[in-house]
Order: sequence, then C-alpha cells, then structure tokens
Amino acid sequence: MIYDIAIVGGGVTGAMLARELSRYELSVCVLEKESDVAMGASKANSGIVHGGFDPEPDTLKAELNVKGVKLLYEAADMLNVPYINNGSMVCAFGSEQEAAVEELYERGIVNGVDEMRLLSGDEAREIEPFLSEKITKVLLVPTAGIICPYELTVAALGNAMDNGVVLERDFEVAAIEKIDGVFNVTDSVGKVIKAKYLINSAGCYADKIAEMIDDKFYDIIARPGEYLLLDKAEGGRVSHTIFQVPSSEGKGILVSPTVDGNLLTGPTARVAESRDSKEITPEGVKTVINLASKSVPSVQFSRVITSFTGVRSSTKTGDFIIEESKKTAGFIHVSAIDSPGLSSCVAIAKYTVDILKNAGVTLTEKQNWDGCRADPHAFRKMSDEQKDAFIKRNPSYGKVVCRCETVSEGEIIDAIRRNPGARDVDGVKRRTRSGMGRCQGGFCMPYVMKLISQETGTPYEEITKKGKDSKLLIGRI
Amino acid sequence: MIKHDIVIIGGGPAGMAAAISAYKAGVTDIAIIERDAKLGGILNQCIHNGFGLHKLGQELTGPEYAEAYSREVEKLPIKVYYETMVTGFDKNRIVTAQNRGGILKIKAGAIVLAMGCRERSGGALNICGTRPAGIYSAGTAQKLINCMGYMVGRKVVLLGSGDIGLIMARRMSLEGAKVEAVCEIMPYSGGLTRNIVQCLDDYGIPLYLSHTVAEIHGKERVTGVTIAKVDDKRQVIEESKRYVECDTLLLSVGLIPENELTGSAGIEIDAITSGPRVDQNRQTEMDGVFACGNVLHVHDLVDYVSDEAEIAGTAAAEFVKNGRRDGAVFNTVAGEGVRYVLPQSISVGGTDDISLFMRVSKPYGKVRLTVKSGDEVLASAVKLKVAPGEMEKIVLKANKLNNLSGDITVALEELQ
Repeated sequence: MIYDIAIVGGGVTGAMLARELSRYELSVCVLEKESDVAMGASKANSGIVHGGFDPEPDTLKAELNVKGVKLLYEAADMLNVPYINNGSMVCAFGSEQEAAVEELYERGIVNGVDEMRLLSGDEAREIEPFLSEKITKVLLVPTAGIICPYELTVAALGNAMDNGVVLERDFEVAAIEKIDGVFNVTDSVGKVIKAKYLINSAGCYADKIAEMIDDKFYDIIARPGEYLLLDKAEGGRVSHTIFQVPSSEGKGILVSPTVDGNLLTGPTARVAESRDSKEITPEGVKTVINLASKSVPSVQFSRVITSFTGVRSSTKTGDFIIEESKKTAGFIHVSAIDSPGLSSCVAIAKYTVDILKNAGVTLTEKQNWDGCRADPHAFRKMSDEQKDAFIKRNPSYGKVVCRCETVSEGEIIDAIRRNPGARDVDGVKRRTRSGMGRCQGGFCMPYVMKLISQETGTPYEEITKKGKDSKLLIGRI
Repeated sequence: MIKHDIVIIGGGPAGMAAAISAYKAGVTDIAIIERDAKLGGILNQCIHNGFGLHKLGQELTGPEYAEAYSREVEKLPIKVYYETMVTGFDKNRIVTAQNRGGILKIKAGAIVLAMGCRERSGGALNICGTRPAGIYSAGTAQKLINCMGYMVGRKVVLLGSGDIGLIMARRMSLEGAKVEAVCEIMPYSGGLTRNIVQCLDDYGIPLYLSHTVAEIHGKERVTGVTIAKVDDKRQVIEESKRYVECDTLLLSVGLIPENELTGSAGIEIDAITSGPRVDQNRQTEMDGVFACGNVLHVHDLVDYVSDEAEIAGTAAAEFVKNGRRDGAVFNTVAGEGVRYVLPQSISVGGTDDISLFMRVSKPYGKVRLTVKSGDEVLASAVKLKVAPGEMEKIVLKANKLNNLSGDITVALEELQ
C-alpha cells in the first residue's frame, strides 16, 4: 500500500503530529527505529512546559512555545496525561545576573508570555523557602509547568493509533528514494514503506535522514545532558521549577519536582563523542550536584534513586527547522527540535499540518475522530470502595506486582495490550511505573517478564530490557 | 469488616515463627497476610544450605527451613491470605489489603510487622557509564536462576560482598559462568566469613577489597565494566582503573528493611537500622504493633530471625490478652565501636532475661563488649573476633535491671 504520509521518528514531535493528522481522512504511518516510542530525547528530558520567555523574539521557537503551552495543556487533558501547572522561577545571583533576568522578563513580554512577575530574593524565598540565600532576584513564570514527556508521547501515539495510524517498530530508515512521486523508504533489513509525503522528525538523526534525499542543509549537534533523579522523600523540596540564568549551552541546571512526586536535577550540557552518547560521567554527576546545590543548597543527594542521560538535537542556528524541502517536494523537515520542543509539540504539529496543506494534502476531517484516551492510572486514583468494585469485575487489578509503586497485574497487562503496547521491560516501566520505585525493579522484573511472555507469546529468552539485543536472559540453566 | 486477634504482615520466616509462637501463647484467631502464592518468603529462592544450624540443630536449605515452619502453620488453625498485599494500616489497627477478590479491611487486635527487607538498588549508586541490560541485584538473579530456571549471564562481575552476592558468585560458577571479580568498596567484606571461604575461596574467585565499579560499558547488553581501587574517602583512584570484560554486573550492596507501610502508618524509623524502634517485646511506639525479622533490622542468620519472631509473636498474644503493660523505659545506646543496639529501649519490671543484639562498626580482633547503665556494669563479654557482617548478642539478667540509673550503653574496647 501507499500511505498518504509517513513520519520518521516516534518521539514526542512525531507522535503529536501523528495524532494531529489522525483527525483527517489520511493513511499515516510512523517509522520508529527502536522497539518502542519515546526512546530518544522524549524519554529523557526535563519534562518542563516552558513559559516562553527564553527564545529570541521573532523565531519559530518563540512563536510556537508561547502558542504551544495552552495547546499542550488541552491535549494533555484529552489524553489523560498528568501535568502540573507549577510555575517556574529563574534565579539571579547578584547584580550582573539580575540584569539578565530583567532582560528575560522584557523578552517574555515581547513574546507574549502572560502573568510574569519579578520578585526580590526574599519574596521568592517566601514562596520557596529552600532557595539559596544568595539569590537576589527571581523571574516568576506562573504559566510554566511540568509534564511527563514519555507518558505524553505514548499517549499521543496511542491515541493516533486508536484513530487508525500505523506504527512500524524497529524500522531504521536506511534509504529514501522518490519514484513516480512516491517516497520509497527502505529500512536496514530491506523492508519498504511507501508514502506520498514524508516527514522528517528523526531527532538526533534528522540530518542523516535529510542527507538521504540530498537536502542536508543543517548539521544536528547532539548534546547530552545528565540528570539525577531523587526519591519522593525529596519531592517536596521545591514546588516551582527552579532555573538559573540561561547560557549559550542551555537553560542551565534546574531543580524541579516531577509529576510523579520525585525531585529532578540536571541537565548538564556536554559535547558528545557520538549521537548515541548516553554515558553518565563523573564530571557530569559532580556538575549537577554542585550547580543544583547552588540554587537549592539543602537537596539531599544521598537520596538519588537513579541517574540518566538525555540527548538534545540542536543546530548552530538555534531555531526549530520546520519547512518543506526546497529540493524534494513533499518532504517536510521537522528538525532541530530541542528545548522548548516539548512545550511546543502540539503547536509544531499544527504548524506542520498547515505546511502539508499548502504542499497539497487534502484535509478532510473524520466524522468519528476521538482525541481522548482513557486514563491508564485510573485505578490508582480510585477510593477503596471504587477499587473493591473494580477488582470484583477485573480480578487482575487486585494482584500487586510492583510493591514500591503499587502497580497491579491488570495495569501491566493493559499497558501491554493497549496502543502502543509495551514489548519490553522498560516499556512496561515507562507506562505503569512498575520498577520505577526504590527497588528499581528488583522484585517485580521477573513477574513483568512473565506477563510480557504470556501476553505477547515472546519466549523468556527473547524478552529484552529495551529492544534489539538488550536481552535479559541467556537461556535455560 | 473482617476481624482477627492478630494480623501478621508477611509470611516469611519471621511471620511464620511469630504466628506459631502467638498460637502457642494462647491466641487462636491469627491471620498471616502473604503477597506470594506460598509461605516462606525469600527463603524459597535460597536453595543453598546453611540454614537452621542454631535453631533446628540441622543444616537445611532455604526451602527446607521454610517448610519446617510452613508445615506447622498449616497444621494449626491459622488463616493465611495468599497473594494478598497490605497497602496500609493505622493506629486503630485497621489493616487495608488487596487481592484478586477485592479490597479487604481487617480489624486487628495486634499487628506483627514481618515484611522483610529488599536489596539496595543500583540506581542509588550513581555508577557512571551506560544503562544496558545485564545489571541485576543478586537477589533478582537468584530468583531468575533458582525459581525460574533461566541463566542471566556468562561472565560476571559482582559489586559488593554481601552474603547474597557471595552465594550468587558460587551459584553462577556452578552453572558454568565465570565470575571475574568481586569488588568491595570497604576494606573488609560485609558477608559472613564462612561465605567468603565457601563461595569465593573454594572457587578461586578473587575478592578485591577497597575496589568499586567505576563505569559500566555496553549499549544494549553489558560488555564490560571499569573497576578501580578507592582511597580511604571511597573516591576512585584514577590510575588504578582497569577494564574487565563481562556480560553481567551483579549488585550486592546492602539490604534495606522494607518499611514503607510502617512509615506511612506514622511510626518513626530508626536512621541506623532503617526499621522501627522497638522495646524488648519488639513492640513499636504504636500500641499493639510489633515488628520482627529483617523489617526490624537486617539479620545475618535466619535462625535469629525466628528467635526474634517468637519474642514478637508471644508478646503480641500477651497484648491481645492483657493489653500494654509498661514499666519504666530506658533507651539503649550504641557506644564506642558499636553501630546499633536492638531493642532500642527496655521497659523494666519483668522477670525475663533480655538479649541485646548489636553490630560493630568495623572489624576488630579480640574485644570486650560491655553493657553499662551509669557506672554499673550490667553485662560484659569477650569476643575473639568481631565484624560488621555478624550480629553479636549479650544477655542481660532480669535481676540486673531493677535499679537502672539511665540509658543502657553498649561499648567495645579492644584487647591485646
């Protein structure tokens, strides 16, 4: 078959675009090189909905960030993805940085960010008592928020699939040819997908994809950032997302609660040796601890439960690249989506749909499109009486598999069955939180493997941690 | 609402021994709530021998030790709720649990906490490098190999020398894996001496003290680790870094009592033991709530878990029959060279001798352990060799407890 549209990359950009396109009478396919969605930057980033004061005025970033915040909250409501509109603070240490914070405030006004306020250090500490005494001025941005980026991606693509979008996993694009007006996209094992329009939202690999149609006018610079995630016992240390004054390397080390109640610190901004550079370095860990402690000195780093690295896909020019190829009609670049990409993702999707429309795609709205998705965490929010009634109808919800996060068998089976179904242990973890607690999967992992095997028919030996060759077992004893 | 005189949370060695002793003490309406489909807890995956020498006078495997108790539980009219997870309890001793049948609310006359402990995870260690498949806690590997029959790797490096780790080094060797190294960040092992001899020395597995895993390599599956010596501040010495090829990293870096339930019920957790504070009856600060086994403090031998659970079970039965009866309360204090003392307090006025359990803060040769209240020596004992991996016990005679003048301090002095 020939799809109307194929999207390369199942990150938050590709997923949200797929959902937006699923509104229309179009056949759409998402090509993802990993075994699950949200495996790149969408899996490991700060999870911040930025207010929009930071991007240079008159850039795509400024336009789509400010527009995108409200759209993102609306989409998250429909998709039942939890977010908290907790607001952010940008902190100045001394007079030089105070000037920078004031400039951000001015820029925010130009960009159209509402409700911002400048506070003195003491005023800020009344709201956030653990802020450093050395902070002298703070930009408060009430519209900012926090959201779980991989839950958002899973939900958006799941909703798109519920509305007819096809997901091709383990499809690593190796070659693209345009023959008689149709893109022939071949993967590394020779499988071919055909589509009339092709979207490049391949994240860190977007320039490689562009090169395949000879339109590589930008280089993606992969910049890893290391994070330390702390136990929920530290989750209440701050309620706002605490930034320092941004530099050329990024928005600096933040200290933020997460929607799940943990505390997140990071990211660093390293120069990467390769695009897959996901190592955690000793220097990175030290930098995170030193700089996070500068903003919030009382953070207890003995309570770190895990550390991880995310990789930003940046370019030299600094702005998003969202446009139709000037060389190959029907090929749309949606590239260089680094921060504030998450905040902008719905706005980016709508902007891209407009480009497709101008490029000749007919947009006929479906009669039966449903943009809502049932809450995967509905069970845990129920009262004991509601739970009791629910378990009596669905007994598997009574069996607790993950004791640290109290995740039931029913919730795990649901995560494997519903779009896009979890296929590996980390996929279950991202969807259900099973294995995300204090024991980090020590107890529940064997049982999760059992459920994956039972639901998907995969033999134990073939079950992976995160797809491909990340097998967990080597065979029978 | 369901009612039971005694509700025991956890059906491992502690829960089973507590149930049996409570029954023997005269309470017949006893329930055990167990999250697994059978009794025995973590013993079911400990298929090695070495259990029961002190308590049962014979050397058994973990499942055999568990069976010795589970058979007795099954003979008695003790109600066991299988595959049932307790999600909370409160000071009115209302226990909330869930299983495939729904949500259970149980009113308990007394509660015995026997949830055991869990392994410290790798996440907390902040090891640099990548996060591929092939990193397991020793207990998870033990479950996969012993209970499910699957092998986790061929070439193994072990970080930490806790007992489960040492046991697993031997187990992996027996299944044909090559254990390349055991790295212990401390200058001594936290495991039992007998396990170092029988699990490492006998198999020619090298133990590197003052060493750690500095970095993990591999994108999808572990391909190797960098091990390194550490200085006396436990910082990696750069020049000592060395690459070791392996496909598996096992972690045995400590056990943590599993007290989420206890904490959320509002019972204070001792910062050193990570368990609730208890008196000699193993009663927590909350009336009618007792604790025993590894939920209270991590034990070296299961035999002592059973001993402790008998104290808690008997005391819980006494509470059900007669309520709480306290005399004057004195705290116990860990003095020089001692990391912690359990119980944390003693309520005087009883007629029974009281055993104090303790762990020392580092290995010593010959020492004298002295228990004092004020200037009065209540008990003392000479030990030829002590180590943090092994619990020490000193018995206080009941008649010594009549005229205490203050805190009961246990301290250690080195002897020549």
